[in-house]
Amino acid sequence: MIETVVSMELPVDEHLRVQKNRIMPSCVTGNEKRISVVTGTHGDELEGQFVCYELLRRIQAQPECLKGIVDVYPALNPLGIDSITRGIPMFDLDMNRIFPGTEEGPMMETFVKYLTDDLLGSDLCIDIHASNIFLMEIPQVRINELTADTLVPYAKKLNVDFVWVHASATVLESTLAYSLNVKDTPTLVVEMGVGMRITKEYGNQLVDGILNVMREMGIWTGETTEVKKPIVSSDRAVGYLNASVPGIFVPKVQIGDIVEEGDVLGEILSPLHGEVAETVKAPIAGLVFTRREYPVVYEGSLLGRILGGKEE
Amino acid sequence: MRKEVIYSLASPYRETMDVYGYRFGEGKKSACIVGAIRGNEVQQLYVCSQLIKKLKKLEAAGAIVSDNEIMVVPSVNHYSMNTGKRFWAVDNTDVNRMFPGYNLGETTQRIAAGLFDTVKEYDYGIQFASFYMPGDFIPHVRMMDTGIQSASLATLFGLPYVVVRKPKPIDTTTLNYNWQLWETNAFSVYTSETDLVDEDSARQAVSAVLRFLTRMGILRYHSHSGYIATVVGEEELTQVKTNAGGIYRRLKVPGEEVQMGDVLAEIIHPYEGEVISQILAPTEGIIFFAHKKPLVTENEIIYKIIRRLHE
Repeated sequence: MIETVVSMELPVDEHLRVQKNRIMPSCVTGNEKRISVVTGTHGDELEGQFVCYELLRRIQAQPECLKGIVDVYPALNPLGIDSITRGIPMFDLDMNRIFPGTEEGPMMETFVKYLTDDLLGSDLCIDIHASNIFLMEIPQVRINELTADTLVPYAKKLNVDFVWVHASATVLESTLAYSLNVKDTPTLVVEMGVGMRITKEYGNQLVDGILNVMREMGIWTGETTEVKKPIVSSDRAVGYLNASVPGIFVPKVQIGDIVEEGDVLGEILSPLHGEVAETVKAPIAGLVFTRREYPVVYEGSLLGRILGGKEE
Repeated sequence: MRKEVIYSLASPYRETMDVYGYRFGEGKKSACIVGAIRGNEVQQLYVCSQLIKKLKKLEAAGAIVSDNEIMVVPSVNHYSMNTGKRFWAVDNTDVNRMFPGYNLGETTQRIAAGLFDTVKEYDYGIQFASFYMPGDFIPHVRMMDTGIQSASLATLFGLPYVVVRKPKPIDTTTLNYNWQLWETNAFSVYTSETDLVDEDSARQAVSAVLRFLTRMGILRYHSHSGYIATVVGEEELTQVKTNAGGIYRRLKVPGEEVQMGDVLAEIIHPYEGEVISQILAPTEGIIFFAHKKPLVTENEIIYKIIRRLHE
């Protein structure tokens, strides 16, 4: 059933509204568990669109296997998605930096408050992101170290390649995931693919994982596939590649490749001079889990990330 | 006056972006003033340009007290200003949400780090800032309540109001917040404009900074004493929200005194021209902030009122 979660009037003949699709078993006992799948906080991250579609399609194909409540929110930032805008059009702050929201704040903060209220109480929430237009990510779950004990067991069932447990930062306390986790609604942040594109292979991989988690939670009794055993990184080195010079980056490795320290990962070209301005080499050996897709770089632009071995 | 490059960033095809600092006087790092960090902060750029012009003359006249250095950074992000963008022109990140910065990080983290490396360790840090909500204010000094701020120092600018507010998580990456963490007394000075140049409030801002520097013993400058500022907590301001979307007709401006029940604004039906909502003052007081854009959504904050305060 399509429900409007929150709606507010825009200046000219339109409402800003967030809709969700709630699907439930035909016979409800009142004790069903609830999983929420949310995406589209950043309007340029579209990988979650295919996941929402495919998840609903598979569940609706076998309605008898559904034993709990599934809420799918495909577009938390509909104005952004519909206008190819990462943030909220006409609003300065990143939507994922104003959670949990407040009725005392500007319109968007009030809007976010109602969204948060609707999500609270889910037995599990999965917040799907797609990096940005610059970077491609292998399917991964990112977890704040403060919530690792609760969330890593869920993340391991989600069929991702990698679970990154990262340090806590005050500024991240205003994300959707943090705001729900502190209010006892376990929320996993998935990063995969690249902005403005759909990577169908990753989408199917994640849907397999979501159905697997649903099965473990007693929400789904349909067939599931065997899931990947992810690398869980809480003590592994992460090597960052940042551009030292401006220019046009052309990669020489694929995402997911295993590289050795010193391997050439790409080049930054100067088209004006017809020269290679920088040869980018791997700072450590390991798995390339992030790779730059957008060619134009400045000094500091992130070109990739490598997951290394255990830190000594 | 010494003009020097404090940070440089090369671009694939544009000329290198040099961020300049203007140093006046010599000696201990007394005061640092930062102007436009966002590409639409034209008023902030203008105020700094006027301040530099004034300090140049004052330094030549020997008005800077010995063993004091004043640094002014008029513009941090002119790449965005020249392309009509508020945030960093490449990835739309906000340099003022990147402090203290990271010199091995992403581009805007590096810009923030490059700036912060130069502007930290001053006794006083003053930023001409802009607000994330579209509207105008009574000129005021804004501070974050970090536990180490001094509102009494802020009153020495002689602007009518000092506003203290509790920081949110997102504020922890601003220049003002990080200045305070590094033990600089940090003040954000708000004039009434951002995208446009407003001469009157620019003059007021320049005078306020010169007055403050004089009162702190950094400068010898005779100016009007300004206001004895009223200090208010952000939470004490009464917020007035819209109950409909449409065309916004503003009826009161910042600084005006209003009575409870006064009509503050009207919202007009965007097609039919009828007034569909009248927004009434929920309290008596002085208008502190007023929304300015011609359109409003439902639930938007259009006014902030300092309640029960009179002219």
